Amino acid sequence: MIDRSQVIIIGAGHNGLVCAAYLARAGREVLVLEASDRVGGAAITREFAPGYRVSACAHVCYQLDARISRELRLETHGLKTAHANLRTVALATEGDHLVLNGGLLEAGLLPDVDRAALADYHASMLRFARVLGKQHNRRPPRIAGGGRSEVIAAAMLGLDIRRLGRDAMREFLRIAGINIFDVLEETFETPLLKGALALDAVLGTNLGPRSNNSVLTLLHRLSGRAMGVVGGLSLPEGGMGAVSEALAAAARESGATIRTSSPVARITQEGDRVSGVELESGEMQKAGTVISNADPARTLLQLLGARHLETGFVHRVRHFRSKGMAAKLHLALDGLPTFTRLSALRAGERLVIAPDAGYIERAFDHAKYGECSPDPVLEITIPSIHDRTLAPPGRQVLSAIVQYAPFDPRASSDSARAGFLERTLGVLERYAPKLRGQIVASEMLLPADIEREFRITGGHWHHGELALDQFLMLRPVPGAAQYAMPVNGLFLCGAGCHPGGGVMGSAGRNAARAVLGAERAA
Amino acid sequence: MRHKEHFKTAVYQTPFHPRTSQLNTLNEWHRWKDYTTADAYFDQALEYAAIRNACAVFDLTPMTKHRITGPDALPFLNRLISRDVAKIKPGKVGYCVWCDDNGQVIDDGTVFHLREGDYRLCSQERQLDWLSRSAHGFDVSIVEDTHDVAALAFQGPTSCAVLKAIGCSGVERIAPFGIAYFPFAGSELMVSRTGYTGDLGYELWIEPARALELWDALFAKGANHGIRPMGTHALEVARIEAGFIQAQVDFLPADQAIRLDRSRSPFELDLGRLVDFSKPNFNGRRALLEEQRRGSRYRLVRLDVEGNKPARSAYVYDSKRNVVGTVTSAEWSPSAKSNIALASMHMPWGRPGDELWAEIYYQRELKWSRVMARCRVVEGAFFDPPRRRATPAADF
Repeated sequence: MIDRSQVIIIGAGHNGLVCAAYLARAGREVLVLEASDRVGGAAITREFAPGYRVSACAHVCYQLDARISRELRLETHGLKTAHANLRTVALATEGDHLVLNGGLLEAGLLPDVDRAALADYHASMLRFARVLGKQHNRRPPRIAGGGRSEVIAAAMLGLDIRRLGRDAMREFLRIAGINIFDVLEETFETPLLKGALALDAVLGTNLGPRSNNSVLTLLHRLSGRAMGVVGGLSLPEGGMGAVSEALAAAARESGATIRTSSPVARITQEGDRVSGVELESGEMQKAGTVISNADPARTLLQLLGARHLETGFVHRVRHFRSKGMAAKLHLALDGLPTFTRLSALRAGERLVIAPDAGYIERAFDHAKYGECSPDPVLEITIPSIHDRTLAPPGRQVLSAIVQYAPFDPRASSDSARAGFLERTLGVLERYAPKLRGQIVASEMLLPADIEREFRITGGHWHHGELALDQFLMLRPVPGAAQYAMPVNGLFLCGAGCHPGGGVMGSAGRNAARAVLGAERAA
Repeated sequence: MRHKEHFKTAVYQTPFHPRTSQLNTLNEWHRWKDYTTADAYFDQALEYAAIRNACAVFDLTPMTKHRITGPDALPFLNRLISRDVAKIKPGKVGYCVWCDDNGQVIDDGTVFHLREGDYRLCSQERQLDWLSRSAHGFDVSIVEDTHDVAALAFQGPTSCAVLKAIGCSGVERIAPFGIAYFPFAGSELMVSRTGYTGDLGYELWIEPARALELWDALFAKGANHGIRPMGTHALEVARIEAGFIQAQVDFLPADQAIRLDRSRSPFELDLGRLVDFSKPNFNGRRALLEEQRRGSRYRLVRLDVEGNKPARSAYVYDSKRNVVGTVTSAEWSPSAKSNIALASMHMPWGRPGDELWAEIYYQRELKWSRVMARCRVVEGAFFDPPRRRATPAADF
């Protein structure tokens, strides 16, 4: 007989750790099995050149659920902030940069109309994002066939939209499904401003600014901040790995066991329910509940196996869109790089290279057809300016998200990687002409590399595209949006579930509640 | 279908067409899954009479056939189909249904376990899409070979004697749902004791190049055994007498249903015996378990209707004149000498002993009349002769 109080969590990503912490607090015997040699999944800090450490995948903390930080007391577990509110600097080649703090222009020149519009735009986007943010801690409602609690959940979503007021509700419904390009076009005049704002909508997605749905992705990105007690874009001290370490400490304190370097080979079954896992080492671990922090395809099609699921469900899981287009660049530098007419102080903010929205769209065009963008778009941080733990004295590390790089480029992956690095450095040199001479070491991770290193099918940050058809009650797929999978005792807790990725932790917390709820119902 | 100019042929002829077209003195045809098929050859009633009193040949070639092979053929079928396919041993055939994830029937058909690990799945509807989709994660090969196998249904009390006469010695020892192979015209003739008539009868399977030789042999040796060709009209009467259901008539394939209440589960089609919950997983299992817990919405029943006017498409009422069901198939049964119908009833109606009425509209010399006919729920087939199961099969 399987012990129902035993819980195995596959993967010590941030959501797996959050889930582990909550279940351990609820008295479950939790074993977390992590394939890698450290906890954190895509939120880790690792060395990429001797003495140089960097947040290897996610590099800015902007969505961590404030309630989770509070409930799990992450600060007492060592989480410190190196920089609490990164400004966004829209870089211009000639040095006419714009420095944005939310809806406020802190430096640079904008016509008055844009300056006023920016404040309004930011306020209303945050307001809309709050509607999404409110859903993060809720289990998404079932569309059909649910009981009274499902009707209430659906009604609450409707009510949140209705509460925006008539005009704002109309505007929300108008723009939620359309593209950011059109919205910016009707709001602003300055190309550099539109480029920087458009970038926020397409970071980490498979979308260009003209792709429909790119407003929704923006709102999702802002939703963490909108709910934000934590505040805007922040850099944790010690990199993103520090967030994971704090979560792991909270989970351990509550009694969870975390084992690294313990890759799971498959999920085992007895009859029609899961019975535990088999590790790649051959070791068997029994548990009545198995929760996977891995992505939906890896969990269901590889670890469990399609034959243990039904045809229609497998078909939907196979077509969950999960190919990433964001690459990651890491540079070890022998000193602080100089960006044209940008003060050393400002260089520590979030620097974006997206001169206009059309530039982003053209970068996207190439990736659609299997080529890396010849002129990529970048989000750059130099975290070592605020956090001296990351680089040797006097040295710096630069971490950038670079778009777009297709998951399966037409060129071989080695030549695509080398070519994209070269292109990216070429773009960076337009803004920091002497940068190339400062490079001690470099690393470029294409989506396929991200898939390999972080074991995310398709190399997509969010485990799968955040789009209307993969959102809320449709995430990851209909029939599996409530964390419980259609095999008894199997749950998902990762970014592939509502409310998605972006180091938030809500999926892990919601999954823990779903597990406890399922036990009560049984 | 293999040749590149297939699109120029809208409707195919079966390999038996040179004979069936010659015998079809009524020249009545329809299109069945893109094949020309005879409705009736010379007289529907006499063709039916041959099924029950002599033997009749039906061109079965258009029925959709799939060959399923490979190491995972059995696990694949066991996940696809609701019954336990492991129990269908080599040389055996099983009637089955398969469902979508919601436990709604996509189609019914027969699984032939031809030889160890080598299966043929026959279906009413085209299923290659669903089968291919279901194959993900299985090491299995699925080929639709409808065009590559010529097939005849050979049904009726004298069918066994005729098969012996054409050289199938020992054919009488095949039990119902059994398969045997015989050498024929330098090829191999597969004989299965299966059919759609609920009578003693066989289905014959051969390569298309030998189709006409098989037809000619049957008619040469069958002349003294009352052999006749039969069309779909005659077969339709026989299948309703046997109580068999038909896709598109008695149920709508779930993948074609748009409205939620139009599809049916196996339980709702009186096919609960084809659902084996001891298997840990098959398509529809979770939904069907849930249906068992909550109760079904519908029930398929066999009705004996008062009078002699077939209750085609009739509403079925309870004693208070509420509509409680609909007739899906109805005929006058010449063998049972009763007015029979299959009906889909809303739960809980359709229990034996329920007072039910069918509203029958009929026309006499262009004038419509309506009759309310009392219905009695019948259990089992309307016509079920012992010869259907007797093994060895008798000659008659």
